[in-house]
Amino acid sequence: MIRLEKVTKFYGRGEGETRVLKGIDLEIKSGEFVAIMGPSGSGKSTLLNILGALDVPSGGNYYFSDTDIRALTKEQLALFRRYILGFVFQGFNLLKKTSALENVEMPLIYLGMKAKARKQQAIEALTSVGLEDRIAYEPGQLSGGQQQRVAIARAMVTHPKVLIADEPTGNLDTKRGHEIMQLIKNFNAEGITVIMVTHEKDIAAYASRTIYLRDGMIEKESNHAV
Amino acid sequence: MLFNAFLQALREIRRNLMRSLLTATGIVIGIASVIAMVNIGKGASESITQSISQLGSNTLYIIPGQERGPGSQSVMVKAFKMKDVEVLKESITTLKAISPSESTTMTVLYKDKNHQCSIRGIDNGYFDVQNWALKAGRNFENSELRTGQNVCVLGQTVIKELFASDESPIGKKVRLENFSCDVVGVLEAKGANTFGMDQDDLVLVPIKMFQRRISGNDNLHLIMAAVKENIPLEEAKLQIQRLMRERRHIKTGEEDNFSVRSMTALLDTITQITSMLTVMLGAVAAISLVVGGIGIMNIMLVSVTERTREIGIRMAVGAMAQDILVQFLIEAVVLSGIGGIVGIIMGMAITVGVSVAMDITLVIDPSITMIALLFSMLIGIVFGIIPARKAANMNPIDALRYE
Repeated sequence: MIRLEKVTKFYGRGEGETRVLKGIDLEIKSGEFVAIMGPSGSGKSTLLNILGALDVPSGGNYYFSDTDIRALTKEQLALFRRYILGFVFQGFNLLKKTSALENVEMPLIYLGMKAKARKQQAIEALTSVGLEDRIAYEPGQLSGGQQQRVAIARAMVTHPKVLIADEPTGNLDTKRGHEIMQLIKNFNAEGITVIMVTHEKDIAAYASRTIYLRDGMIEKESNHAV
Repeated sequence: MLFNAFLQALREIRRNLMRSLLTATGIVIGIASVIAMVNIGKGASESITQSISQLGSNTLYIIPGQERGPGSQSVMVKAFKMKDVEVLKESITTLKAISPSESTTMTVLYKDKNHQCSIRGIDNGYFDVQNWALKAGRNFENSELRTGQNVCVLGQTVIKELFASDESPIGKKVRLENFSCDVVGVLEAKGANTFGMDQDDLVLVPIKMFQRRISGNDNLHLIMAAVKENIPLEEAKLQIQRLMRERRHIKTGEEDNFSVRSMTALLDTITQITSMLTVMLGAVAAISLVVGGIGIMNIMLVSVTERTREIGIRMAVGAMAQDILVQFLIEAVVLSGIGGIVGIIMGMAITVGVSVAMDITLVIDPSITMIALLFSMLIGIVFGIIPARKAANMNPIDALRYE
């Protein structure tokens, strides 16, 4: 499904050039749950941003179901994110002073859905993360765990093929973190491919495969099941 | 998508209400100024036109001599005689009414009161030419006109100055300096004309009496004529010119030694001046709209910076650059549009207030209102495009990282 071939990412030029990714070869199959781990500066977030089409590689190839992602225009990349991907961020990234329902509805606006259908689908998504009684709440009125649930509902409301999660439990306590991971695990069980960056081993344990990055290269991989 | 962007824009305005209101103030002031200036200008123009029409837009003024620029009336021209009036009356079929008009200023006395006013020598055609009705009494009888008897018709201001409020002037004798005359009629009030002159401050006397008692000669320096309805003023003017040239023995190729003028020429000049003033005032007011537009651009740029992360989030969930562009552009247009609507209401209120206070015709021009609203929205587009493009051109990853 996803294939990276010798993907590199450089910042700057000449003597100031920083090589963040130094030739990543990676293949992720449909329905897989992959965790990316590594120390700070190892390039795990950069790799996730490239996989999420938020950033473009400096070199190498990125294929998604045989589509050359590097060949896509800026607008096509936006459509790729719109129809294929869902994002969950460490800092939740919800719109302030906007209700949970409106936050979850937002991606559906770009899908061109009518207001009634959009609301229905957003309520279903919020119900699936256990927040059906919090739809009118704004982020400031919700706990961290609830905010991340809203973010997951927003990511899943468009029924993406791939969920990109950047440290989804980073801002949560252990109990809430595991609740969130269980939700993600459930979505994965429904067939959604999950790619997640984490620095916590017990969170990475939810994945079926963990990739360890060091200095912009894959150091090792491990397969496991929970 | 557009409707959602519109709702989003309203939400953003509500979220930063005070800032939005202050930003829109520039547009409010600009639009209100344009609306008020243009409408008041048009109202003033309308008032002047109406006043001149009251003077008689179908009236022709036949004057001896030719005007050659300010203050250079040609000298030694032959004045008109009553015979000219009679011939004009008989020969020019396009005229509704005609009257000589000679005037001077004199003191009028009644009992222990005196008042200085205009004394005008006329015949009965004057009432029709001026479209002036009598409030009481009668106009001059033919015998009075023919023999120049000492009778007069008084204007309302003269009555107010000389007579007690419960006293009827009809049948009373007033003195015009050294001779007296019987009051036979009272004019309806006309009020002040466009130039602020009191039209009711006059005494009308038969032209013969004026010539015999006041001017001491049979010269006439003004003949007033009202043209019949639906007859072009120019046609009547040409007929008069032809006849008068003949009567004054002016050869072909020689210049007229008289002139036939109408209020239309004056009306055209005044309309031209007021239109020019209206355009100038409107243009000055439009500059404030540009200032308002710059205010909108400034705030939209601040808004884009403040909402960088939001832009990143929207891009991450699949918003294309054009979606972001449209969203911010609509926000700018809604902001300026709201300013425009408030400005229109305010401008109309100012127009009504000024019209009432200055006693000018109330004119609300719907076309200028529509233009102002569209212009305010255009300002939103023009001054919103730079911030909107800035937002649309953001890199999603940089936007998401923005603190």
